[in-house]
Order: sequence, then C-alpha cells, then structure tokens
Amino acid sequence: MNSRKVIRIAWEGLNRNKLRSLLTMLGVIIGVAAVIIMVAVSAGTEATIAEQIQGLGTNLVFIQESFTRMTPGQRQTGNGLTFEDADAIKENIPGISGVVVEQNASETVKYGGQSIDDVSVLGTTIDFPEVRDMTIAEGRYFTQTELDRKSKVAVLGATLAEELFGSNTAIGQVITVGSVKLTVIGVMEEKGSTGGVDYNSNVFTPITVVFAKFNRDPFARMMGNRVRMIYVAVENEEDIEDTIYQIELLLAKRHEVTLDTLDFTVTTQDDIIETQESTTAAFRNLLGWVAGVSLLVGGIGIMNIMLVSVTERTREIGIRQSIGATPSDIRRQFLTEALLLSLVGGLIGVISGIAGAKIFGAVGDMRTVVSISSVIIAFSSAAAVGIFFGYFPANKAAQLDPIEALRHE
Amino acid sequence: MTQKPIIQIENLTKIYGVGDIQVKALENVTMTVHEGEFVAIMGPSGSGKSTLMNILGCLDRPSEGKYRLAGEDVSEMDKIQLAIIRNQKIGFIFQSYNLLPRTTALENVMLPMVYNRGNDIPDDEQRQRALKALEQVGLAERVNHQPQELSGGQCQRVAIARALVNKPVLILADEPTGNLDTKSSVEIMSILTKLHEEGKTIVMVTHENDIASYSQRIIRFRDGQIDTDKPNGHKPMLQMKKEVDHELS
Repeated sequence: MNSRKVIRIAWEGLNRNKLRSLLTMLGVIIGVAAVIIMVAVSAGTEATIAEQIQGLGTNLVFIQESFTRMTPGQRQTGNGLTFEDADAIKENIPGISGVVVEQNASETVKYGGQSIDDVSVLGTTIDFPEVRDMTIAEGRYFTQTELDRKSKVAVLGATLAEELFGSNTAIGQVITVGSVKLTVIGVMEEKGSTGGVDYNSNVFTPITVVFAKFNRDPFARMMGNRVRMIYVAVENEEDIEDTIYQIELLLAKRHEVTLDTLDFTVTTQDDIIETQESTTAAFRNLLGWVAGVSLLVGGIGIMNIMLVSVTERTREIGIRQSIGATPSDIRRQFLTEALLLSLVGGLIGVISGIAGAKIFGAVGDMRTVVSISSVIIAFSSAAAVGIFFGYFPANKAAQLDPIEALRHE
Repeated sequence: MTQKPIIQIENLTKIYGVGDIQVKALENVTMTVHEGEFVAIMGPSGSGKSTLMNILGCLDRPSEGKYRLAGEDVSEMDKIQLAIIRNQKIGFIFQSYNLLPRTTALENVMLPMVYNRGNDIPDDEQRQRALKALEQVGLAERVNHQPQELSGGQCQRVAIARALVNKPVLILADEPTGNLDTKSSVEIMSILTKLHEEGKTIVMVTHENDIASYSQRIIRFRDGQIDTDKPNGHKPMLQMKKEVDHELS
C-alpha cells in the first residue's frame, strides 16, 4: 500500500467524524498558537528594550559608580564620579566625540499666567545633543562658556515649548523655573521616547546651573559635584574596547585606585542589551515551556480520542483485517490519522498564532514579533506529539484479533 | 476427481483455553474440497462449524494438524502472511455483510485491492474491476450508494462483489442469508449458484436446509467432528428460483 493511499484512507476516517476531529485538533491548535503568541510577545518586548537602549545614542559607553569593590570595613575613598572626571575624560582621551553628564531636578515652570508643575529639569553638558542624537529645531544649545559661567539659559523640549508659547517664538523669552529666571535660547526637535524617558517635556540647562540653583533630592545634594553616570560617545565602534581601557586607567589614577579595585564600572550598550536579553530570554523560555505543556495536553487529547476511535471502530478494523490488511497496514492507518490531526491542527495553530500575535500587537499596547523559529518549533512539536501519542492507540488497533474484532458490535 | 484440491485439511484440531477450562472446538477433522465444488457446512451451534470457517478463512490457526490452501501450507504462517493469503486467495461473505459504513459500494468493493501487496493496481484499473464485479451481482446502478442507503440483499451483493474482486481461489460464505428475507435469500443464492456454475469454489455455512440445498455437497458437524459428508440429493427450490430469475430478467 503506498503512502498516498494510506493518507487517503486516514483522511476519510477523520472526515467521517468531522466534529470530533475538529475538537481533537483544538488542543493542538491552542498549544501551537500559544507557543507562537507567547514567544512573539516576549520577542517584541525584547526588541523594544534593545531599541530603547540603542536609542540613547550610538557607540555609547556608560561609566557608573560602583560600590562592589569595597571590602568590609573599608570606606568609600575619594569623591566617586564627579563632574570633573567627565572634563578630564574629554580633555585626555582621544577618539571620543562627546562626554555628557546629567543631573536631574524637578521644578515648577511659569511663564505669563501659566504654571506647570513637576517639570523635569535636566542639567547637561554641551555634547548632550550630539551624544543623544537630538537636534535643535530653533535657536541653539548652550556653549562651554555658558556652562562655565553658570549662565541662566534654557533649551526647551518640543512639547513644553508648545505648551508655554503655542505658535509664538520661544527664543529670547524669560521663563521662571523654580525661583530662577532662565532665558530660552533654543527649542529641541520632537523626539520619540528613548530609554523609557520622554525628553519632549524637559527643560535643558547647563549642569552647573542645576548644581548651583535647583532643589535636588537630599541624597544628590549630599553628593556635591558627584554624578551618577557619565556618558561617553566614541567616534569609531572598533575603538570602544581601547577607549574603555583608557578611561579605566585615567579614572583609576584620578581616584587613586588600582585596576583591580576600581570604584566604578564601564559598560557599553551591548553589555546592557545583553543583560536585558538574558533576562527576557529566561522569561521567554518560561512562556515557551508553559505553551509547550499545553501542546502536550493537546497530544494527550489526541491519544484519548484515538483510543476511543480504535474501540469504536473495532469492527471496521476487523473488516479490513479480513480482507487482507496486515497489522502494519492498520497501525499505519491510525498513526496517519493521529499525524494528520496534529499536522492539520498545527497548521491551523500556526495561522491563528500568527494572526493572534498580529492582533495583540495591533489592539493591545504591546509589540509582538513573530519569529520563524518559534513557528517551526511549534509546528514540528505538534507533529512529534501526533506521532508520539498516536503510536500507542495505533499499535493497539494493529494487535486486535480479527475474529474478536469482527464479532465486536 | 481430476480437479485439483483447494482445501486439504488433515487431523485438524483446535483447542481454546488452557488447563482445566480447555475446550476442543475441533477434533481430528480431515476433509478435502476440490476446485469448483459448492459445499454447505451444517450443524448445531457449538458443533465447531464457526471455528472451522475461521481456520479455513485464515483468520485463525489450528492448534494441531495441517491445512493446505490451493497446495500451500498455511497452518504455520504468521499474522502478516495470513493477511496476505486472505487478501489474495479468499473472498469472505458474512452474515452481517460487514461493509464499511459511510463508504460507497464502489469504494467498499475496491478495498481488497487497496491492500494488494507487491502488485499495485492502477486506480483506473481498480475502478474498472470493482465496477465489473458490481455489474456481476446486478448492482451497476447503485455503485455510488452507501450501505445505509441499500437494502440488506443489496448490501450482501456488494459484499459478494468485494469477495470476488481480487479473484480468490476460495469463497467463504458464513450464513450469507441469515439476515435476509426469503426473496433476498433466493437472489443471493442464485448469484452464488451462478458463481458455482462459472467454476468458483464455494464453502458456505448455514443452518437452513433450504439454503444448503443449493449446494452439491453437505458436511454436517457435531461436537467438533464431521458427522456426515455426502452429496446433496435435493434440488433447490426451483419454483421460487424461477420466479426470481423471471423478476431479475
């Protein structure tokens, strides 16, 4: 008997009981669709995070204070990371296109009769627009001189400028931030939120102004000129490793520590992406396993129905045996039925999984990325489930005694 | 007899169960059926005629003794070999027709060819052969009907067509008219008679004398052994046969 005939016989067998076949497939359909949707959701999350990190800028190196190198009883030495460290890096290390430090404050902004509470005031250095890939829409960013002189100037985010000034020009106007009057010298171009931060409602001002004038949280005030993070943009990607080493040497010397006892860490965007990925990968694997279990349950459903089917069709098996079907013919027939159930179920599952992922992405506030590998894995697991759980009932059918089977009512 | 033997059984014994609950369904049966014979096997229930049919049909194996079918010793064959023998050498006709439900008459008749081993018959030829077999039993008009749309007599005729399609050396009929009314019974028996006249070898189990009277030779079983084995002296119900023949023509 050739395989075309086997498939035809199996297909006819399933066709004779359409509703049951469909219900049996449902387990596999849900399992396969669940695998694809769950992996798509976590892959979408992963892609969003990676994009956010990339969105911070290109070829970025992050320097952060670390307290992990301290041995018990030892006190934090030196001053930690300071604004001056950032200057030193900029002056001494070649091949970098910018160094940025940030200091945040939150203030009420007033102009004319308007007052907006809790506006984020971001003190930065002059390289900020370049390092963060931001462009000035109108006016200019502040200069090194203004930074050094703690000039009371401000650059506004696009949304904030719109809120305060509408269609009028903002340049040259004086706004009150907290209790300080700042002259607007520029407006940023609108930018999508990056790194989970929306810069469009920010006031940008020289970091020295923030240090001198604004209320910072008590911890920040205690820290003086210390900064939490220094961003360094490296000109060429291939120089990143070398630049990191030079930064470590320079800062180690300034902080009077050795390379083995650094009180700061230098990481790259790739490092952060990698860390994020390993977290989301664990999450994704968990989801994958949960979905895999539902696929397994679908397989047990197939076995269950195939066993019922074998019992119910004992007489049919007897008839086939009496006219010359061998045990392996019977086994193949029922195995093919189970396989067809799981393959057709798998196919419907793939289609509804992809459609489901797209719908989730479109309707829910969730990004989904359907991965080809999840489709392949889910579909082939469905096939494997069909063979695995179909074998036992098929073998049971093949072992039936023809005389008993023919006598079965 | 110059005809070659189709069934040769020697000292055939079939025992069911083990130990104390052993039952001898057949004991030391020896018989021969030649090509072209039409044999009726009769006997009360429990006489061993069903067991004999199962063994003749290669659905079961004897506990002891030899069974040669068309010269081939089948008493030692395994399940797979027996399945092939059933497919190639034997055509079954059952009391309850045993057609696949929700499957057309044509597909039912084609089924034995689906399980042909080695010589795969092209689909077209399978159809032609099945149609011809259905024509032989007078069902050319009903090839696309499913069993539930056919009368009992028609179902049994489909079963006969199915039994014929692989050109078996032996046709085994187990109470072929057991579920049928008199008129349908006569129809079925005229078809079997016609097949016999064409030279087919037929062994039929029945407990009705009227039906047995269509055969040439009647073997009676009692308690697992052959009681009598003699040529049939009676003529079939000729009058009724003529009536049916008239109606059929």
